[in-house]
Amino acid sequence: MKLITAIVKPFKLEDVKSALEGQGIHGLTVSEVSGFGRQKGHTEVYRGAEYTVDLVPKVRIEIVVEDGSVDDIVDTIVSAANTGKIGDGKVWVSPIDSIVRVRTGERGAEAL
Amino acid sequence: MESMLDTGNTAWVLTAAAMVLLMIPGLAFFYGGMVRSKSVLNMLMMVMGAAFVVMILWVLFGYSMAFGTDQNGLIGNPTEFFGLEGLMADDPEASLPAMAFVSFQAMFAALTVGLIAGAIADRAKFGAWLVFGGIWAIIVYFPVAHWVWSAGGWIFELGVIDFAGGTAVHINAGAAALALAIVIGRRVGWPKTPMRPHNLTLVMIGAGLLWFGWFGFNAGSALAADNSASVVFLNTFVATAAAGLAWLAVEKIRDGHATSLGAASGIVAGLVAITPACSSVSPIGAIVIGIVAGVLCALAVGLKYKLGYDDSLDVVGVHLVGGLVGTLLIGVLATEAAPAGVNGLLYGGGADQLGKQAIGAFAVLFYSLIVAAIIALIIKAARGFRVDEDVEVSGIDLAVHAESGYELGDSGGGGAFAGVGHAARNKEVQA
Repeated sequence: MKLITAIVKPFKLEDVKSALEGQGIHGLTVSEVSGFGRQKGHTEVYRGAEYTVDLVPKVRIEIVVEDGSVDDIVDTIVSAANTGKIGDGKVWVSPIDSIVRVRTGERGAEAL
Repeated sequence: MESMLDTGNTAWVLTAAAMVLLMIPGLAFFYGGMVRSKSVLNMLMMVMGAAFVVMILWVLFGYSMAFGTDQNGLIGNPTEFFGLEGLMADDPEASLPAMAFVSFQAMFAALTVGLIAGAIADRAKFGAWLVFGGIWAIIVYFPVAHWVWSAGGWIFELGVIDFAGGTAVHINAGAAALALAIVIGRRVGWPKTPMRPHNLTLVMIGAGLLWFGWFGFNAGSALAADNSASVVFLNTFVATAAAGLAWLAVEKIRDGHATSLGAASGIVAGLVAITPACSSVSPIGAIVIGIVAGVLCALAVGLKYKLGYDDSLDVVGVHLVGGLVGTLLIGVLATEAAPAGVNGLLYGGGADQLGKQAIGAFAVLFYSLIVAAIIALIIKAARGFRVDEDVEVSGIDLAVHAESGYELGDSGGGGAFAGVGHAARNKEVQA
């Protein structure tokens, strides 16, 4: 099992979600996050005082999937979230040791 | 005996008083939107709390100090109308009931003290602020209102024109704000830490309410529903429009963007500047005053960074500077054709009026600055004026008022985990 973590532009969340619906995923978790990459931040001006805002709002999507479907799902996310402009985000994959379904106590792939 | 009561004038003055009252929540919103979300409630509370204190003082003896029988040009007899019981009877010779005028002026006093609060956002002890507001009202506002507006008051007798409060309200509050910002000191992290306004729509709602209420403030000061009130009304809106545009022009040229905070600030700067002058200039004169106020106030709000005092919401840059602009430009732009009937420098009146205006403006400025600093220093020494640093950083709303302004975001009790604590509390109550 793998954990796919994707950081994407907030307005791309709907596109990514609908693209994933046909992919047989079992669920996903979304959170609002902020950070910076190459995009850096932006500047705001209040009564002439400039503030540099270096953290940019992003959406983090987390999905746990079976090993076999990782590449397809990553490709789906990347193509749905792509705008071609700086700040589109990142997707990374990490191994999962174990997973438990809270309601039944099932473990491993059964719990997905 | 037949009553001399003028119902039209009375109705207008009572309405105008209620409009000035609406400026108090308007000011609270204008200021409240400009602070960070963790201290919005404290800002609203400082403005409203000051109003509570000052309204009661006004009824007890403030009105007497301001408008009682003159004592040497400096103060009204404080016990003359103590508690106002003597003013309740229907006076058949009065065209305007005394209580209408007392109420109208009460709102001015309550609003003026609230203006000062913007200088000390995020960091003042609530109790210390209320004590300061009450003492400042007694030692500074009530006497200055007497000097400027009451028969026998020395500035009034000098012939200074201050129709609705350029000196008594705005220079007065702005100078006190400067003193308080210096005595209390900078916010933790200022000016390095970004302190962005948390809600600019709230700022614009506040500016809108202030603009509306200001017609009560200025046109109501005619104390009659007449031609003078109508001229004042027109000058009040046109100067404001000019100041709003002028502030935006400065921003566009200097920063590259016309901002909504600039528009809201320009509205207030224009209103402040036209306040003393609205009865003495032509509509074109009002536009000139608005432009000068918009430009100078937009530039003046940057001074605090150069001089190093944290006047958090620019009470000095907007109210002190705007008040000076309006008060002094009367000496230049006043025209005999306006209701006040005085000519300024440009209309062949010479420098005489300008000199008087300068004496009135700077007398009030220095009196308020010095006395406010002394009051603040005494309170600071006696009980402390600032909350602890950790309270200021984590948010004054939660620590001082046990509330947070919004059930969203990270301002304190809000956010995803807000319900957890509430559920535990409810269980205890049920058990």
